[in-house]
Amino acid sequence: MGTFVQLVVDGLSTGSIYAAIALAIVLVNQATGLINFAQGGMAVLAVYVAWVLTNEGVPLILAILASIVFSIVFGAVVERFLMRRFERGDPDTAVVVTIGLLTLITGVAGWLWSYNNQQFPSLFPLDTVQFLGVSVSIRSIGNTVVIIVVMGLLQALFVGTKLGLALRAVAINPESAAFSGLPVGRLLMVGWGLAAALGAVAGALVAPQLTLTPGMLDNALVYALAAVILGGLTSPVGVVVAAWIIGILENLAAVYVPFIGFDLKVAVPFILLFVVLVVRPQGLFGRKSVVRV
Amino acid sequence: MTLLELEGVTASYGPVQVLDGVSLSVPDNGAVGILGANGAGKTTTLRAISGTVKTGGRITFDGKDIRGLRPDQVAALGIAHVPEGRGTLGDLTVRENLRVGAYLRKDSKAIEQDIDYCLDLFPNLQERIRSNASALSGGEQQMLAVGRAIMSKPRLLLLDEASLGLAPSTAKNVYDAIRRLRVESGIAMVVVEQNANLAFTLVDSATVLEVGRNVLTGTSAELKGMDEIRRAYLGG
Ligand SMILES: Nc1ncnc2c1ncn2[C@@H]1O[C@H](COP(=O)(O)OP(=O)(O)O)[C@@H](O)[C@H]1O
Ligand SMILES: [Mg+2]
Repeated sequence: MGTFVQLVVDGLSTGSIYAAIALAIVLVNQATGLINFAQGGMAVLAVYVAWVLTNEGVPLILAILASIVFSIVFGAVVERFLMRRFERGDPDTAVVVTIGLLTLITGVAGWLWSYNNQQFPSLFPLDTVQFLGVSVSIRSIGNTVVIIVVMGLLQALFVGTKLGLALRAVAINPESAAFSGLPVGRLLMVGWGLAAALGAVAGALVAPQLTLTPGMLDNALVYALAAVILGGLTSPVGVVVAAWIIGILENLAAVYVPFIGFDLKVAVPFILLFVVLVVRPQGLFGRKSVVRV
Repeated sequence: MTLLELEGVTASYGPVQVLDGVSLSVPDNGAVGILGANGAGKTTTLRAISGTVKTGGRITFDGKDIRGLRPDQVAALGIAHVPEGRGTLGDLTVRENLRVGAYLRKDSKAIEQDIDYCLDLFPNLQERIRSNASALSGGEQQMLAVGRAIMSKPRLLLLDEASLGLAPSTAKNVYDAIRRLRVESGIAMVVVEQNANLAFTLVDSATVLEVGRNVLTGTSAELKGMDEIRRAYLGG
């Protein structure tokens, strides 16, 4: 029982990391209709920024905040000067461009900081606390709570503010939004910036566990994409729940299903994905696209 | 005073030129129709005004050259485009759509009053205020599209086939409301219609386009009297 609860809490924690990256992907997809394969790479770059700052003696929390600000600017610049010319064109081209960006970022990070694993300090103590009679790590709880708070803020932004309404309008129909005077280009930059900031938070939380390398989030990106498809591209809540399910199942399967073990656990989300898509092609929570005439 | 003036306007989609010197003049508080068959260039003329197609020639609004401006800049000058196909924001509620229309305004009290005015103009929207726009009927979506446009307090409204796909009685309702809006607000209008009978209930004058050129221009009374107009656009 103790192992089980520990596995579930750890699964929620890693699932939250996938959730954050998945939400970033959904944010960009809603705004521009494309999947940004560089989302994880951009997050890793942000973690390196924070890492360089902590090495210079900047306190961890300030270093992470600075890396978030860096990410907002970097995301906006990527949208304005790279993706802008592909947004209205062939979506396949745009996706290839994001894959190219991922390769570029990974290469530059490796060249600047080597491919060696670097230690990244943890925001939370490594202790455990007693919870429902079993001990769980404070880090797992902390990661989950931070991501839930971030999601709450994001939700509040989208539902409760004029900026959020404008971002949603641009995502639904940029031309109509422009007819109401919304500065579409600037709002897209904001969307990419927010997505990059979300990735930076996820990266900073997971780096202590994974240790920092240029390819640190490659696996997480794959899981996040699975969560995006599983949850349905149109449902942020669905995506988060799917990411949690993936995180938990992955952990449980590794321990309880003997032939899977730690080597094969990467396959778990895809088996799940396959099963769900056969039964519900629009994902667990996504809506069927309905076209009205 | 002339509010909007098009002179020798050309427009092209990629290499294909579809407007070949269109002219149009809309006085302050005036309403001008653009008639013509499918593919004549009516929609493209509106797109030229709102900055959503590559354009040549001269387009002035309130004496200012607006050709080449981005669509959001054109909107900010006071031109509201109700596009063909309505362009409502499907995943937003009716109220949110109206709020998006007021994006550039800061006077939040007056915005609420104007939402009430929209709901008074289009009572059908009142009951659907919390529904997603995608759940509305075609007529309701058209009303919402017009509502969103007037929430920006424009000086000029560009209306593209507001009757398209609607039952005749619904189309009449929509045009009745727009006529009332015109009387009460004095907003100038460019009205694109295939249904010339409906258009003539709203506009003072009109121009007829054929393959990207004006072929006839006159007051509503003059045009209604012409045999070729009657045969081609008024069903006899
Ligand atoms: N996006 C587009 N790309 C290429 N050609 C277009 C596009 N939209 C319209 N056209 C062409 O431009 C011409 C004028 O179209 P349009 O302005 O939509 O006419 P109307 O509104 O009078 O029916 C037509 O020949 C049409 O095929
Ligand atoms: Mg048309």
